[in-house]
Amino acid sequence: MKLLSFKGGTHPLERKELSSDAHIKRVEPPEIVYLPLSQHTGAPSKVIIEKKDEVTVGMKIAEGDGKISVPLHSSVAGVFMGVVDYPHPLGEKKPAMKIKVDHEKTGEWEGKERDPESLSPEEIIKIVRESGIVGMGGAAFPTHFKLQPPPDKPIADLIINGAECEPFLTSDYRLMMERTEDILKGVDIIRRVLNPERIWISIESNKMDAVEKMKEAASTYPWAKITVHATKYPQGSEKQLVQSITGLEVPDGGLPFDVGAYVQNVGTAVAIYEAVRYSKPLYERIVTVTGSVREPSNFLVPIGTPFEYLIEQTSGVIGELKKIINGGPMMGIAQVTGEVPVIKGTTGILIQNEEEIIPGQTSACIRCASCIDICPLNLMSTELYKFISMDNFDRAEELGLLSCIECGTCSYVCPSNIPLTQYFKYGKAMIAKRRK
Amino acid sequence: MLQLSPAPHISSPKSTKKIMYGVIGALIPALVGSVFFFGWRALFLVVLSVLTAVATEWLFQLITHREITCSDGSAIITGILVAFNIPVNSPWWIAVVGSFFAIFVVKQLFGGLGYNIFNPALAGRAFLVASWPSLMTGKWSSPVHGFISGLDGMTQATPLTILNMSPSLELIQALNSQTMLKALFVGNVGGCLGETSCLLLLIGALFLFIKRYADWRISLSYIGSVFILSGIFYLVGVTPVNPVFHILSGGVILGGLFMATDMVTSPVTTKGVWIFGIGGGIFCVLIRIWGGYPEGVSYSILIMNMLTPLLDRLQPRIFGR
Repeated sequence: MKLLSFKGGTHPLERKELSSDAHIKRVEPPEIVYLPLSQHTGAPSKVIIEKKDEVTVGMKIAEGDGKISVPLHSSVAGVFMGVVDYPHPLGEKKPAMKIKVDHEKTGEWEGKERDPESLSPEEIIKIVRESGIVGMGGAAFPTHFKLQPPPDKPIADLIINGAECEPFLTSDYRLMMERTEDILKGVDIIRRVLNPERIWISIESNKMDAVEKMKEAASTYPWAKITVHATKYPQGSEKQLVQSITGLEVPDGGLPFDVGAYVQNVGTAVAIYEAVRYSKPLYERIVTVTGSVREPSNFLVPIGTPFEYLIEQTSGVIGELKKIINGGPMMGIAQVTGEVPVIKGTTGILIQNEEEIIPGQTSACIRCASCIDICPLNLMSTELYKFISMDNFDRAEELGLLSCIECGTCSYVCPSNIPLTQYFKYGKAMIAKRRK
Repeated sequence: MLQLSPAPHISSPKSTKKIMYGVIGALIPALVGSVFFFGWRALFLVVLSVLTAVATEWLFQLITHREITCSDGSAIITGILVAFNIPVNSPWWIAVVGSFFAIFVVKQLFGGLGYNIFNPALAGRAFLVASWPSLMTGKWSSPVHGFISGLDGMTQATPLTILNMSPSLELIQALNSQTMLKALFVGNVGGCLGETSCLLLLIGALFLFIKRYADWRISLSYIGSVFILSGIFYLVGVTPVNPVFHILSGGVILGGLFMATDMVTSPVTTKGVWIFGIGGGIFCVLIRIWGGYPEGVSYSILIMNMLTPLLDRLQPRIFGR
């Protein structure tokens, strides 16, 4: 079998076996949940309830503010305690809605059933927005907005991203194993909105049982083609996935629809299905909790649950807790505190102990060019690093700094442990700052 | 306390130290060969050269209050390669001066590891050749296991120096003979300490290529272009010896496998790498045939080192542009 692939990339240790066999398990909500008003790309949501108000599961508690924003729903039943400044997994404290949980009243979702077939694309987009759906792969871009590409950019290839190239994470894998049919039903709804010529469901070759399962389920959905991709990081990156399937490069500074492609994560497809079919807003998600924990797990978690609560659910940390990471090891963000809550874009929580944290000791660049060989964007990492160190951001920009997708591969392969990706993020931030 | 650091939170097993000690390991077979063919003095010169290189680096970093990195392996490589580039009957101080110059002037004064423009060992050799030409290219000792027949009268010369002295037809025949080429390949000929056995150098380099500690494209394009260009010149009668003789004699193999592939002083892009190798090979043949020195390897690589910053401008097309 020929595996689809892209230029560059690398093969970090996968470690998915830690949690890949752990079935999705619903966790009981903690005593208090914290729902940050900013969980998505775009303007934060606006609170629409009063302090001391009672809330129910799935009740809208904050409204989307503008086009690129979505509403927020309570993940539990309980009492709204007010807006507090609370640690946020993407850094710095941000306003969050504090809700005291009423365990008695918190139950499973019960909502009005709908027939997706009877809805127009406009109605579907409206439901998706009202349900607070954002990209579940980590980027958390409002889905209703993405579902409306410019009319002059028709979608030829709809790509459903089940690559899950981040090491350790298995939330998408479990979803593909346990909710196979629901993914396809979600894709069917997206299909009705975008009207693509072809539909691909893309999975890496390290998840062959998911491939088989998907193929089997797809027999009743003749429009779905399953593609198997080389297990190579960052296969799941939007541009790399589009290139693997269509052979086309998304133009520099452009978006997939510029080459007629559209990428949506498998988790988002399920969220869309649940919203359209069962009127269920996005208030819970699957989170892999893995690494140095006794029982690596895949939890179905109410949004707003603090990380430390989930870590306890895995029977605790092996060794001394040194790092809590929101996301996977390649792109995830190390946390200041375990109090941070799960947000809509939290794909996993990775725990590292004293043996697993990598030493911060760097040495001089020996120009081995590993970083250049693996860059999926063909960037001259050594030169970018040099010019950013010298604060020459203009030259760095000429060399394509803004094209960097921050996948972390260059830092990963660097034998001198130079935090290249961090330099690039810094350089990009400096350029953005100067433009203001 | 939770540790905060930017992503990624895992790192590949490759490290600079591993690369450096890998290169040292790859040089060991050739070193063993040198001792076998030239005797214990070969080892003495290598050890002396390495000690000088490491001590120079340590002293420099101590005096200039820099981080002491003399154990990272890079100075050891330079020490070995300086010794590999001198004749085995050189006085001991040649090794010391060469290593000192390589580390102090060529490496540390330019900013230390990663910042030097020229390969330190090669620039060290160039300095020695320019300063003591008679010691560096005049006197050669024959291998301890005896010289090959037909060249008995020339025990004081390497095959390449014979070639540079307008040799007789008879000698040329001897140079082109199977026996000669075999001797060159195995290492049973006079020459610099480390360049003698092509076979053992290749074994070491193979390890580097598999480990990706050296770029095979540079070696292939460098040695390949020496072969092709000297082959063309052989066919049109410009050089009397065949291209196999050209790549096996002198330092082409040592230079092509271990010096041109020095990561610090070679280009970082695919295009640059090929141009670097091919250009080096061309310069090597031109110097050998028309230059004043019998050997062109060091200067050919040093010239390409100089062009490396320029070659690094040949950046690949950015994705989506």
